[in-house]
Amino acid sequence: MKVEQISIFIENKSGRLAEITRVLGEADINIRALSLADTSDFGILRLIVNDGAKASTVLKEHGFTVNKTEVVAVEVPDRPGGLSAILQTLDREAINVEYMYAFVERCGGNAVIIFRFDETDKAIAALKAGNFNMLDGSRLYNL
Amino acid sequence: MYFNEEFETLPRPALEALQLKRLQSTLERVYANVPFYKASFDKAGLKPSDITCLGDLKNIPFTTKQDMRDSYPYALFAAPMEEIVRIHASSGTTGKPTVVGYTKKDISIWSELMARSFVAAGAHKGDIIHNAYGYGLFTGGLGAHYGAEQLGASVIPISGGNTKRQIMIMQDFGSTVLTCTPSYSLFMAEEAQAEGVDFKKLKLRVGIFGAEPWSEEMRNEIESKLNLSAIDIYGLSEIMGPGVAIECIEAKRGLHIWEDHFIPEIIDPDTGALLPEGERGELVITTITKQGIPLIRYRTRDITSLTYEPCICGRTHARITRMSGRSDDMLIIRGVNVFPSQIEAVLVGIEGIEPHYMLIVDRQGTLDTLTVQVEVSEELFSDEIKVLQALAHRVEKEIKDMLGVTCTAKLVEPKTIQRSEGKAKRVIDNRKL
Repeated sequence: MKVEQISIFIENKSGRLAEITRVLGEADINIRALSLADTSDFGILRLIVNDGAKASTVLKEHGFTVNKTEVVAVEVPDRPGGLSAILQTLDREAINVEYMYAFVERCGGNAVIIFRFDETDKAIAALKAGNFNMLDGSRLYNL
Repeated sequence: MYFNEEFETLPRPALEALQLKRLQSTLERVYANVPFYKASFDKAGLKPSDITCLGDLKNIPFTTKQDMRDSYPYALFAAPMEEIVRIHASSGTTGKPTVVGYTKKDISIWSELMARSFVAAGAHKGDIIHNAYGYGLFTGGLGAHYGAEQLGASVIPISGGNTKRQIMIMQDFGSTVLTCTPSYSLFMAEEAQAEGVDFKKLKLRVGIFGAEPWSEEMRNEIESKLNLSAIDIYGLSEIMGPGVAIECIEAKRGLHIWEDHFIPEIIDPDTGALLPEGERGELVITTITKQGIPLIRYRTRDITSLTYEPCICGRTHARITRMSGRSDDMLIIRGVNVFPSQIEAVLVGIEGIEPHYMLIVDRQGTLDTLTVQVEVSEELFSDEIKVLQALAHRVEKEIKDMLGVTCTAKLVEPKTIQRSEGKAKRVIDNRKL
């Protein structure tokens, strides 16, 4: 149920994001979802791609600091209250969300939320018990 | 005006005779009491009695900051601990500071030399001296304080920081003399302006500025913004503290070094060879009256030149020109001495930090800023912002704790800091002095 996400450290200077996307594009890697967390000095680019291992290798070859993180992708009905139901479940179990970001599926019309939890396994168990639909990696990478 | 006219204007032949006598007695004392000096003289095949004229001094080996570090904390003391009444310390090149000890007589001589320095700068009994040098292990605060008391002036021991309160006190207490770092004086001027306080309406007449290098341009700026006469003072804790040398207000051209207590020399920092009068090189000082920790041919690493030309003020003591740099990599940031190696020692102590770093020194407005760039290695990297920010804060805090200097830690991408090829470039100093 876990999905592999790669994170890249980016100094806050012009052209870094362009460089990363260029490297990935040339390696024929497709970005499925992304989020950028930023501070005044640096940022962290989080990506879900169709081939995490290859993306990681090519980025490292180009001198970037990359690490892999396990996240959870949860399908949310695209209607009011959809996200709230998930968060209430997590709250009841006292599970912290480190960060999250969302995208909408190309077909099917559901939203997908990517979560990073402090206790991933506990979160998965809670979501399963709540009957939420989690996407596994292979499905997400090939959406 | 003089504080001690007899000694400040001693004709050179008498001054040099006094220097030789005091030098010989110092050499005898360190040879007998400090194992480091006995070993160093023996190795050079010298006995104190071989020094029969001042010209022989050049044959004696140097003392370096490294020697002081190797003797940490007390091994260079020439007086027994029962006679040491004060201990100060300054930045060492790594984690350990350089320690100095003073006997009662050392404190009394230091007070006199600082009082002489105040008078040379144009201060006198009756002045209200606003002493904004830091009090503590740093010699600045207490050195100026004792000198002010010796002079018979009123001293306000305000120490550094809390600028708004400093300005209020200067205004309300009627301070006439200001002692602090030159950059802090300009910062005060800015703060005063923001507070709507006009320095021209204050009673300040003289400012005695030291502990960091500054320029003639900066003097002009300080004099016009603070409406006072700005005087350069020099000192270092290893030798004594503030008051080793001072400009006279009459000439403001070069700093008189109190030669009845110190013998200055200028050497080529690469070869160690003595340089002739007027040539620029590294200042080497021998203390000839100190009891606690006498130093023989101490390499100050400060770059200057020496002149024996008579001065219009009537003092016969030689003058050194403004310090124009260092022969080592020491930085002076807001009056705090910082060696890149100290920062490296702090970084190496933080788990996961790579020893690749770059120090960027700048001057924003009037205050120095230090930015420490650290590479984010794979093991350090977290995909959570808060973890990376905590790491940057930890670097800032540990540097502040160890060195006493505030800095900004900036995480940068790996391999973006130049790698060592022989001697790595660790410092970018963008300050225009």
